[in-house]
Amino acid sequence: MSDKAAGLAVNNVHTNNKHSSITEILISALIYTLYTLFALLCIFPFYSIIINTISANDLSARGEIVFYPQQIHFQNYLDVFKIPGLWNAAVVSLGRTLIGTSLTVGASAFLGFMFSQEDMWGRKFWYRFTIITMFFNAGIIPWYLTMRSLHLTNHFLAYILPTIVAPFFIILVKTFVESTPKELQQAASIDGAGIMTIFFKVILPISKPILATVAIFAAVDQWNSFQDTLLLVTDSKLYSLQFILYNYINQASSLSTMVNLQNAGSTAMATLATKQTTTSIRMTVTIIVVAPILLVYPLFQRFFVKGIMIGAVKG
Amino acid sequence: MVRTKEYRMKSESIKKFLYILPFMCLLAIFAYYPLYGWVYAFFDYTPPTPLSQSTFVGFKWFRSLVENQVKIDQLLQVIKNTFGMSGLGLLFSWLPMIFAIFLNEIKALRFRKFVQTVTTLPNFISWVLVYSLAFSMLSSEGIINGLLNQLGFTDSPILFLQDSEHVWITMWGWSIWKTLGWSAILYIAAIMSIDESLYEAARVDGATRMQVIWHVILPSLMSTYFVLLMLQIASFLNNGLEQYFVFQNAFNKENIQVLDLYVYNLAMGGGSYSVSVAISMLKSLVSVVLLFSVNGLSKMIRGESVV
Repeated sequence: MSDKAAGLAVNNVHTNNKHSSITEILISALIYTLYTLFALLCIFPFYSIIINTISANDLSARGEIVFYPQQIHFQNYLDVFKIPGLWNAAVVSLGRTLIGTSLTVGASAFLGFMFSQEDMWGRKFWYRFTIITMFFNAGIIPWYLTMRSLHLTNHFLAYILPTIVAPFFIILVKTFVESTPKELQQAASIDGAGIMTIFFKVILPISKPILATVAIFAAVDQWNSFQDTLLLVTDSKLYSLQFILYNYINQASSLSTMVNLQNAGSTAMATLATKQTTTSIRMTVTIIVVAPILLVYPLFQRFFVKGIMIGAVKG
Repeated sequence: MVRTKEYRMKSESIKKFLYILPFMCLLAIFAYYPLYGWVYAFFDYTPPTPLSQSTFVGFKWFRSLVENQVKIDQLLQVIKNTFGMSGLGLLFSWLPMIFAIFLNEIKALRFRKFVQTVTTLPNFISWVLVYSLAFSMLSSEGIINGLLNQLGFTDSPILFLQDSEHVWITMWGWSIWKTLGWSAILYIAAIMSIDESLYEAARVDGATRMQVIWHVILPSLMSTYFVLLMLQIASFLNNGLEQYFVFQNAFNKENIQVLDLYVYNLAMGGGSYSVSVAISMLKSLVSVVLLFSVNGLSKMIRGESVV
C-alpha cells in the first residue's frame, strides 16, 4: 500500500475530460458512501459492545446505550474475573498461543528451508506429502475418533501437536527462502558450515519478515481456535477462552446471579448501575476475548499484506 | 576419489531427509492416520464398546442413508442447505474483486487505508466472537432491538437469530462481513502489480474511468479470480463446522444444517458415530473428485494446475 498504489489511483482518475465529469463525481460519491457504510458495519459492533460494557448496566440491559457511553464505570471488568474458570481459561488460551505459535513458527521455518534444498532425498515426494493435507482430510469425526485412540482427548498436547506442521506456512517460508540469493548459502557452505549452521546463522536472520507474518497468523489461529476444544475436551480445566465464551453466551444469566451474590456478601454493595446482568457479563467477556486481537491488530496489519503477497506468488 | 564424493553427496542427501523425518511422522499421525478412522463406517460401533469388539457390518450404514423416505428427506435437506449456502458463495465470488477494484479508485489515501484496515479486522476474530457480536446486536434484548423499540418502530423484539427462512442469506451475509476485506487483499496486490504502461496507453486513448476498469484492470485480475474460483468449487462441500455450529438453534436447525454440521450433530449429539463417519467418507471422496476435476479443467483452460 505504498506510493506506487497512490500513484496508480491518481493516474486512473485523471483520464478524463470535462464532459463526463458529472458521472465521475457521482461514481466517486457512490464509492465513498458504500465504503464508509461497510467500514462502519465492520467496526460498529466492536464499538457498541465496548461502550456498553463501561456504561451503567441497567441502561445497557434495556438497550439504551447505542451511540455513546453513559455513567461510565469499570466494575464489570473487575467482576467477570470472579467467574470461576475465567482465569484458568485465559491461562490455557495464552499458553497454547505462546507454545503453539513458537513451535509452529520454528517448524515452518525449518521445513520451508529444508524443502528448498534440492539435493534432499525424496524432496518432491515429501513436499507433496505435506502440501496435499491442505486439500484433503478424513473429516472431523474420524479425526476425533483417532485422536481419542491416541489418548489425546482431554490433553493439552491436543492443542499443540496437530498444529506444528502447517503446510500453508511452509509454502510461505519456502517461497521466501527461494527468493533470497543462493550465494549466501553457498558461501556459508564453502566456509564449512553444516546444514544446521546455515539454517540458524544464515536463513533465520534473513527470514525475519516472513517469520513475523507466520507468527501472527499462527498466533491468531491458536487464540481463535474453538473446534478442537469442542471435539476433544470435556475437562473444564482445559477449556479455552473461546470455548467458555461460547458457553457464557448460553448461560450468562446464571453467571450474573452468581457474581451478584458474591458481591452482596462483600462490603461494596452493587448499585443498579454496576449490578451484573446477563448482558453485561456476556459483553464484558466478549471484549476480554477479543481485546488481544484488537490490541495487536494495528501492529501486525502491515505484515500480512506483505506476507500474503509473498504467498500469492505461488500459493 | 569420485566414488567417495558421490557417496558423500548421497549421505548428505539422506541426512537432510532424516532431519525432516520427525515432522513427516507428525504429519502422518495427525493428517494421514485419521483416514484409518474410516473403518468405523463399516462396523456397528457404539461407545464405550471398543472397535475390536464391534461387529463388521459391511456397507450397512451406507445403505441405511437411503433406506427409507424419512432418511432420504433428511439427507436431501442437508444437501440442499450445503448447495444453497455454497452456491450463494459461488454466485457472489466476484465481490472481493469488485471490492478491491473500487477501493483502488479511492483517491484519499488515508481514507482508503482506514477502510482497508477496518474491513480486514473481522477476518481475525473467531466465529464464536462473531456470534457473540451478532447476539449482542440482534438478540431479543440486543442493541438493534433496543434501538427499534426506542424509536417506536416495534412493540415486541424481532427474533433475528431464530429466523429460519432466511438463514442461508444471513449466513452468507456473516461470512461476507467476516471475509470480504481480507479476500480483497489478493486482488489489491494484483492491481498494484499492473504495468504502469497499460494505464498510460489507456489514458492516451482517452479512456474513461470505467473503461480503464473494464479494459485494463479487470482483465489483469481474471487469472487470480479463476484460480480462487476453482479452489472455491473444490471446497464446495466443505462449509466448515464452526460458523453453523455457533449460529444453530432449535428454530433454524432445519435450514442451517450443512454436511459438516450434520455429521457433527449425528455423532456428538446423537451418538451415531458409524453413520456419521460414512457420510464424512463420502464427502471427502466427492471433494477429492471435485479437486481433481477443477485441476484438470484449469490445466485445460490455462495450461496450469491450481494445486
